[in-house]
Amino acid sequence: MSLFLKREDFAAITAYARKEAPLEACGLLGGEKRDRDAIVRQVIFLQNTDRSAEHFSMDPREQFAAVREFRSHGWQMLGNFHSHPATPARPSEEDKRLAFDPSLRYLILSLQAEQPVLRAFCIEAGKVSEEEILITEKSVLS
Amino acid sequence: MFITVNGEAVSLREELSLKELVAFLHLEQPDYVTLLLNDRLVYPSEHGTTIVKDGDTVEYLYYMGGGQP
Repeated sequence: MSLFLKREDFAAITAYARKEAPLEACGLLGGEKRDRDAIVRQVIFLQNTDRSAEHFSMDPREQFAAVREFRSHGWQMLGNFHSHPATPARPSEEDKRLAFDPSLRYLILSLQAEQPVLRAFCIEAGKVSEEEILITEKSVLS
Repeated sequence: MFITVNGEAVSLREELSLKELVAFLHLEQPDYVTLLLNDRLVYPSEHGTTIVKDGDTVEYLYYMGGGQP
């Protein structure tokens, strides 16, 4: 079970998180599921309505708009991401408690070190399992 | 009657309130579900009194957020 993410999308997520830092940044991932793999086709950046360095909340109106955008391409919401500007890329207890949809991937980007670290997790009833992220060149996913 | 839920057709035997629809769909943690009925955001205080009718379109999603404990 892997999540495929284009290199340019990884770069865009990192750039957005750095721009928003020290606040946490967030967004949604849309794309396709093939067997047990998820292929990210689009990343949509959302506002962190908490405007906080330690918390994030997404605006439901922006979430609905993003889901419609994904659906207009025949895609589905695959998951979300948020950044940890100064802590490791692992879900906090609050992250786990508020992960309500076990069908989604929850990505966390850490900016703690010089090189960004992006990890993906499946969270069900507070139980966390990590999923491999494969950073790919665009042509691989056509 | 038929309604559309998150882009999928759903058959109902009768009209339901949004609160009843959430139960019908077996959505867990209903307090954290945000509902859109025919493009209108419906606040939780209205879920029990807002009726879903034939042909309506419902969108739902879970609150997404997190943070340090």
